[in-house]
Amino acid sequence: MKLPDLAELAVRNLRESLLRNSLTTIGISVGVASLVAMLSLGIGLQQLASRRLMKSGLFDTVVVTSRRDLRNFNRDQEAGGPAPGESRILDEATRQEIEHMPNVLEAYPDIRFITELRYEDKPHLTMVAALPSSAQSTDAFDALQGHFFSSETAPEVVIQKTFAEELLGKTPKSGLDETNVAALAAPLLGKELTMRYAQREAAPPAASYVGSDKANASSDQGLAGAAYSVVSRELKFKIVGVADLDPESMRGPTRARVFLPLKLAESLHVMQPTDLREVSRAPGDQPVYSSVNVRVKGPGQVQAVEDAIKKMGFNTFSILDASRSIQQFFKVLDVFLGIFGSLALAVAFIGIVNTLVMAILERRREIGIMKAIGASDGDVKRLFFAEAGAMGILGGIVGVALGWAIGQVINLGTNVYLKRQSFPPEHFWSVPWWLVAFAVLFSFLVSLAAGLYPAGRAARLDPVQALRYE
Amino acid sequence: MSNAGNSQPNSAPAIHAEQLCRHYRMGETVIRAVDGVTLEVRAGEFVALLGSSGSGKSSVLNLIAGLDRPTSGSVIVHDRNLARLSREELARYRLRTVGMVFQSFNLIPSMTLAENVELPMRFAEIERGKRDSLAREALTRVGLQSRMNHRPSELSGGEQQRAALARALINRPELLLADEPTGNLDSHTGTEIMNMIREFNRQLGMTVVLVTHERALAEHYAQRLIFLADGKLIGDEASSAFVATAGTERERR
Ligand SMILES: Nc1ncnc2c1ncn2[C@@H]1O[C@H](COP(=O)(O)OP(=O)(O)OP(=O)(O)O)[C@@H](O)[C@H]1O
Ligand SMILES: [Mg+2]
Repeated sequence: MKLPDLAELAVRNLRESLLRNSLTTIGISVGVASLVAMLSLGIGLQQLASRRLMKSGLFDTVVVTSRRDLRNFNRDQEAGGPAPGESRILDEATRQEIEHMPNVLEAYPDIRFITELRYEDKPHLTMVAALPSSAQSTDAFDALQGHFFSSETAPEVVIQKTFAEELLGKTPKSGLDETNVAALAAPLLGKELTMRYAQREAAPPAASYVGSDKANASSDQGLAGAAYSVVSRELKFKIVGVADLDPESMRGPTRARVFLPLKLAESLHVMQPTDLREVSRAPGDQPVYSSVNVRVKGPGQVQAVEDAIKKMGFNTFSILDASRSIQQFFKVLDVFLGIFGSLALAVAFIGIVNTLVMAILERRREIGIMKAIGASDGDVKRLFFAEAGAMGILGGIVGVALGWAIGQVINLGTNVYLKRQSFPPEHFWSVPWWLVAFAVLFSFLVSLAAGLYPAGRAARLDPVQALRYE
Repeated sequence: MSNAGNSQPNSAPAIHAEQLCRHYRMGETVIRAVDGVTLEVRAGEFVALLGSSGSGKSSVLNLIAGLDRPTSGSVIVHDRNLARLSREELARYRLRTVGMVFQSFNLIPSMTLAENVELPMRFAEIERGKRDSLAREALTRVGLQSRMNHRPSELSGGEQQRAALARALINRPELLLADEPTGNLDSHTGTEIMNMIREFNRQLGMTVVLVTHERALAEHYAQRLIFLADGKLIGDEASSAFVATAGTERERR
């Protein structure tokens, strides 16, 4: 029998016992709906989590440090590594090399130093860190008051809220995190900060630092045999932003309370702790960094980039391992949710088998007639398959719609709750198109599988027996 | 008409059964519904199978129809040994070569007459447009053109049997097998149906095997009578009445 005829006969047969077939189809829909609901909850939660985690900028970042630094702390562990002379210096050339590696978006030095900042003539000692312009898209600066640096070289700073409190002479409230950043920012934005810092300046090869008129170097720096001098400098900054960022948080440069644009910070050549150690080996005027942050295209490429940098002879660190176990958690969650969803579908499966077996008993004579007038086993089998499949597709479509509706209701309800708890609304329910297609197809296939036994039984029915009795 | 059975007495056998057996095993006992029947029906012939209830008439008919398989022996229809056909081939044989009518009409109750008549053409994968016109034509031939879109339950027994006849003939089979087609009808309506069957036999040259237990009816319409008892063939004779009827009809023309 041709497919359109088959479909037509199947549909008309389904309409004949409308109540029973509708109930079966509703059973399928409920099964599909619960499957869709469970899976879309899993997918939605995962998307929410990865949206949040991705935005933190932690999962696509690799921190690179020189092995020479670590050797000072972990002499035993590193005993098998390259000899101190072989390990490489993390200098500008290396940074550029890393930046040109595949899948690397940028590699920027981690510049941080403790220095004095004057605000309204009062000195404040704090950690200062440099930020690339890409940092503004991470969620660390989500609740930024004011704005981010207008350019990478602008003499502007973003300060952290506790530093703002300090500048305003307020004592930070312990316990509840209820600092009003907007109120803190209002009097500070646009104000001026003066930074005093020590600049590392290459000395002319022949000249002695002793004779340098601006020299301010301490004697032990001089004894290190450096071909540079340290000059004290001052620079004025404008406060453009106040960040609602916990200074102890992993997000953003840890413990820094004042942030400068990266390019500007680099041009300052501020004395850094590593300068003291590497200076004897630093070739010429090349800047040397204590650590370099590498931003990778996506978390998927982190491992490869990390491996490549390790091969170059540096230490690396990323939070990839943490993210991997999170992904694993969601895989397991998906499987569990899928199993619960499938249980409902399994019940629907039994419903289809039951309905079709009942239909065979009821339509015994009809099957006998069809065979007597020339239907083959295949025709009968396909007819029952078509009926099962039609119920499956219909149930699948209704089920997806139902599952989607359930999801919307739960999403809405939760957001009302979140709003009451004054949290921002979240979209943790996601029904992607592939899930819709998958659910309908799955429902169709499950229904065909459910039709397997009844269709086979109908096909094998002996027409003589079927026609024998009224 | 030209190729009416009695005008070609020596034509090739349409049906040839040889030592045909159909046994049913019921626990310890074996029921010999058909027990060594050998018979031959020529193409275009109108034969009646007679016997009392339980003598095996329907069983023989089902074996010829390819609805059932013999326990032993063979049925050869137009040179095809049905016992050797696969289930698929047997279905094709039923579809193309055999038309059946039953005592209980056996129309599908959920379908209209037109749909019932059309159903064998669906199995034969004939295209829709052609199916519609052929179904209409067939129902017109049996006088039911005005009842095409009625369901069987809305029709009288005679009308239902006419629709069943239209369905049996829709694929132009060579064999018409009728199992007590008048059993549920009053004598007037029964005569009407039997006249139609005879018309098909004569006009289309269709071979007819009629199962009945009414000897008078058989004698009136069939050319040959075959008697069964306890699954065995106990008699095979030409119909005396038939010749006369045929003769008178022929004389009328
Ligand atoms: N499936 C079966 N199982 C057991 N016995 C059967 C079966 N089918 C038929 N029989 C037996 O075979 C014998 C012949 O049956 P069949 O139906 O051919 O008789 P019949 O001549 O058509 O009778 P009737 O005139 O009543 O229709 C009967 O005794 C019947 O009980
Ligand atoms: Mg019978």
